[in-house]
Amino acid sequence: MTERIAAEAGFSPGRVWAMMLRYLYLLRSSWPRAFELVYWPTIQMILWGFMTQFLQTNSSWIAQAFGVLLAAVLLWDVLFRGQLGISVSFLEEMWSRNLGSLFVTPLRPYEWILSLLAMSFLRVMIGVVPAALLAIPLYHYSIFTLGLPLLAFFVNLLVMGWALGLMICALILRHGLGAESMAWLAIFVLAPVSGIYYPVSVLPSWLQWVAWALPSAHSFEGMRGVMFDGVFHLGHFLAAAALNVVYLGVGVLTFLYAFRVARVRGALLQTGE
Amino acid sequence: MVSPAIEVADLTKRFDRTVAVDGIGFTVFRGQTAALLGGNGAGKTTTLSMLLGLLLPSAGKIRVFGEDMLRHRYRVLPRINFSSPYVDLPHRLTTRQNLAVYGRLYGVRRLEERIEALAADLQIGIFLDRPYGKLSAGQKTRVALAKALLNEPELLLLDEPTASLDPDTADWVRTYLETYRARTGATILLASHNMAEVERLCSEVMMMRAGRIVDRGPPEELIARYSRTNLEEVFLAIARREENLEVAE
Repeated sequence: MTERIAAEAGFSPGRVWAMMLRYLYLLRSSWPRAFELVYWPTIQMILWGFMTQFLQTNSSWIAQAFGVLLAAVLLWDVLFRGQLGISVSFLEEMWSRNLGSLFVTPLRPYEWILSLLAMSFLRVMIGVVPAALLAIPLYHYSIFTLGLPLLAFFVNLLVMGWALGLMICALILRHGLGAESMAWLAIFVLAPVSGIYYPVSVLPSWLQWVAWALPSAHSFEGMRGVMFDGVFHLGHFLAAAALNVVYLGVGVLTFLYAFRVARVRGALLQTGE
Repeated sequence: MVSPAIEVADLTKRFDRTVAVDGIGFTVFRGQTAALLGGNGAGKTTTLSMLLGLLLPSAGKIRVFGEDMLRHRYRVLPRINFSSPYVDLPHRLTTRQNLAVYGRLYGVRRLEERIEALAADLQIGIFLDRPYGKLSAGQKTRVALAKALLNEPELLLLDEPTASLDPDTADWVRTYLETYRARTGATILLASHNMAEVERLCSEVMMMRAGRIVDRGPPEELIARYSRTNLEEVFLAIARREENLEVAE
């Protein structure tokens, strides 16, 4: 009988792919879900694009940095969609009461995490890239002119989104679907202190300390550095990367701890509504 | 000599002050069909969940195919499978997609071939490309069984395998399980409160009540020991005896 199966004892990319396939099937089966991924980044970009055009004619500060708001909107969406990409894929399992079936297979929790990260990356690409491309004909602005620094901001914001997504999943695993709304709301608590649309120096000094503890604040500050001064601030990049190592580590550990607690409490079998 | 498939010793599960499973021990041998029989809240599902590693015990030992399930469950999980009305499959995925995902998770070789064979065997071919959520209860049960048999498990754990099925479908499932065991020599442990089902399928029964195994043995032996005509009467006799003991205490 065991000849039929080839389950690998250690890490298995096949199992990670199996979980990705599960989420891809879902995306393919529901065009509103796929459309939703593109919808919000595009709407945000259009709204802020017109806002930017208006301000360009009314503010010398903004006039010097045409596109700063658009770039901020698109990069904020990388963070938000990155977090949501993790949380929503995770919630799909809760909604379908599938955790009990999944975790009697040889699937390891860390393989599941890897599939969630990969799906988050795909969701971000599907959502943000079309919006970024649409900005070119609409506003003659291309975020890609940021060059290589764009990749640095993208990676840092995506990884921060992953870390927050895993922490939110841990919270939902601990408190059940009653905490589901956190997937959509939690990240907005960080928006005011992330310095998305304004410099961190605008914040009260005590709040600046909070901001500098966030990889997002360093990324947006770095973005403004490139756009206003044409300088890539390596310090901000390294600070964001170092913080992300801590954030992602905490995210993974929190998730694995919540998973273990769920096994103690029997929550893997009682995850439905 | 037949070796054990499952060995359980002093297994206990406490949820705060509630003792769901209270120091139970049993052995199920390879090729045997055994049952945990008991009413609602007897501890059957909790015991199965601990055997699968979905739930961590408060105390006790579980060995499956000689492996310690608390330390090396991933060595054993590819060889076992599970079906329960308390878990589900993704509703928006078709039957085929669900089986494809689970087949990959189990590392099933020649997966397409395997799905087609199971579809023919379990008569699910006509709704293979229909979303799982749109199937009837009977169809879902057959798909869940197909999922549970994807890796041709050497040990099959079934929680209430015929719950909410009409008599015809329930009988079909029982016949299929008998055939599967006879063909593959697999071990089956089921949790049920369906006495007739247990009497028909199982060679060993463990009667559970309030988290404890209160009696055990082959169905015919239990029936003879309690001088009853069927397992349901044995179950009621045990339940009332235990109630009387509790009152006396």
